Amino acid sequence: MRSLEEINDKIKSGKVVVVTAEEVVDMVKEQGVKKTARMVDVVTTGTFGPMCSSGIYFNIKQSTPKIKCGGGRVTVDGVAAYAGWAAADIMVGCSAMTDEDPRNAVYPGLFKFGGAHVIQKLVAGEKVRLQVRTYGTDCYPRKEYDAELGLSDMNNAVLFNPRNAYQLYNVAVNLGERTIYTYMGVLKPRLGNANFATCGALSPLLNDPRLRTLGIGTRIFLGGGDGYVVWPGTQHVADPERDEKGLPLTPSATLAVIGDLNGMSDRYIRAASIAGYGSSLAVGLGIPLPVVDEEVIAYAAVTDEDITFPVVDYSEAYPLGRPGALGRVSMAQLMSGSIEVDGKKLPTGGMASRARGREVALELKQRIAQGSFLLTRPSAALPGAELAQGL
Amino acid sequence: MVKKKLVLSFPPRLIQQPVTSDLIRQFDLEVNILRARVVPRESGRIVMQLKGSAKSIKAGLDYLEEQGVQVDPMVQEMRHYGENCVQCTACTAVCPTDALTVEPVSREIVFEPSHCIMCESCIAACSYGAMESQF
Ligand code: SF4
Ligand code: SF4
Repeated sequence: MRSLEEINDKIKSGKVVVVTAEEVVDMVKEQGVKKTARMVDVVTTGTFGPMCSSGIYFNIKQSTPKIKCGGGRVTVDGVAAYAGWAAADIMVGCSAMTDEDPRNAVYPGLFKFGGAHVIQKLVAGEKVRLQVRTYGTDCYPRKEYDAELGLSDMNNAVLFNPRNAYQLYNVAVNLGERTIYTYMGVLKPRLGNANFATCGALSPLLNDPRLRTLGIGTRIFLGGGDGYVVWPGTQHVADPERDEKGLPLTPSATLAVIGDLNGMSDRYIRAASIAGYGSSLAVGLGIPLPVVDEEVIAYAAVTDEDITFPVVDYSEAYPLGRPGALGRVSMAQLMSGSIEVDGKKLPTGGMASRARGREVALELKQRIAQGSFLLTRPSAALPGAELAQGL
Repeated sequence: MVKKKLVLSFPPRLIQQPVTSDLIRQFDLEVNILRARVVPRESGRIVMQLKGSAKSIKAGLDYLEEQGVQVDPMVQEMRHYGENCVQCTACTAVCPTDALTVEPVSREIVFEPSHCIMCESCIAACSYGAMESQF
């Protein structure tokens, strides 16, 4: 149909036709798959929500005399950081907390300031306080270092997520007798509410469920800047059960992604203090899908009615690792404001933001249309996937 | 029938007084307490909704003021900080009234203060500090 090179040539000459994964739904309804595929070169997707498996690493300029962080103890704004490698590389995970934070000792904990807040501050251009206590060596004699640092004071600062962009996620409910505080939000007792964490028909991996157009090396929108898919995410499942449309029914694909923290924006990198659970980082992520054949459009035309998620009890089944769901509901039902479980009507609430995910897809669309974002060919498929022929 | 949402502030000496039951008995008012916060020996605040005829509401309010209770019309006690809000919609699932709803097309949050009963459920549900109580 068209190759990736042809698409990039069109991007460079400003002739590319880009639509979002929401816009493509109506186009296909009106004109069919064939015609839409002829017209559209790229479909953009987007999601925004807490991605707890997020962290940054950065490299500091050496102090005089030099100091070896590796093997010592490092905090950033009081939050425990990891420095167990060479002299000047430091990692901050979004869920790390300060020693003083009571966590859930005062239940439900508020988790007002954790690693995610450090990351958001840096992205917003603020400075953070680095404190290092370590041992001296002949080449790195200094033992203590205390400094205020912003992104511009660092040699490198990189966002890295070993796992995010879940293809399929649970809808969480509470069958128990008391309110519970989970990473899926506050769940009221006796099926008081149902929370979901997906952008549905806009979600990157649900628009290319068989991962035909993306893989290791795909350039993506990450946190407002550019990033890359670098590996399958941890817990990636290569061969989930699928429905007749190819959509996963059981836990499936995830991605590991990376991107320069410089260039990201606090509109798409937001610290979340999840009551009773912890600190997490909400990340905006968007993937462009090159329309190299009609199948790309057929998959991207997925609707909120098509996509279904398992409803899982978080009072017992989830914490105790018991398999089994209470049923399946569609994204359209979840977005209607209520679903039915066991004959009871439950109000629904989100963890991911469809509005902000839409903003990601539109922003990515604009960058491609303006020629500032070129597509890349994946260097390898993700486990279980086969890349489209035309790529 | 008239409905009025009010904030009553009690000085310490009045905290032990049965003013609310007086309102019900003496003035034939329907009293719905939405929120109450009482700090012993300091002060108390109650947010209530009064229902009754215009005349009995007026008489009831005069009585309260005579007793030394400060009566203020309910101003917006819960605030939605749009700048912090990421439109995740988590708050809408725990809001017992329809004070917090989702606009179906834009998927953005709509906060309607007049429906808010200040139960504060949304505060814990919001991970981004976008719902705050002024109470
Ligand atoms: S305080 Fe209660 S009623 Fe008011 S908006 Fe929040 S959840 Fe709704
Ligand atoms: S929970 Fe907070 S961030 Fe989410 S929609 Fe409600 S107010 Fe906005």
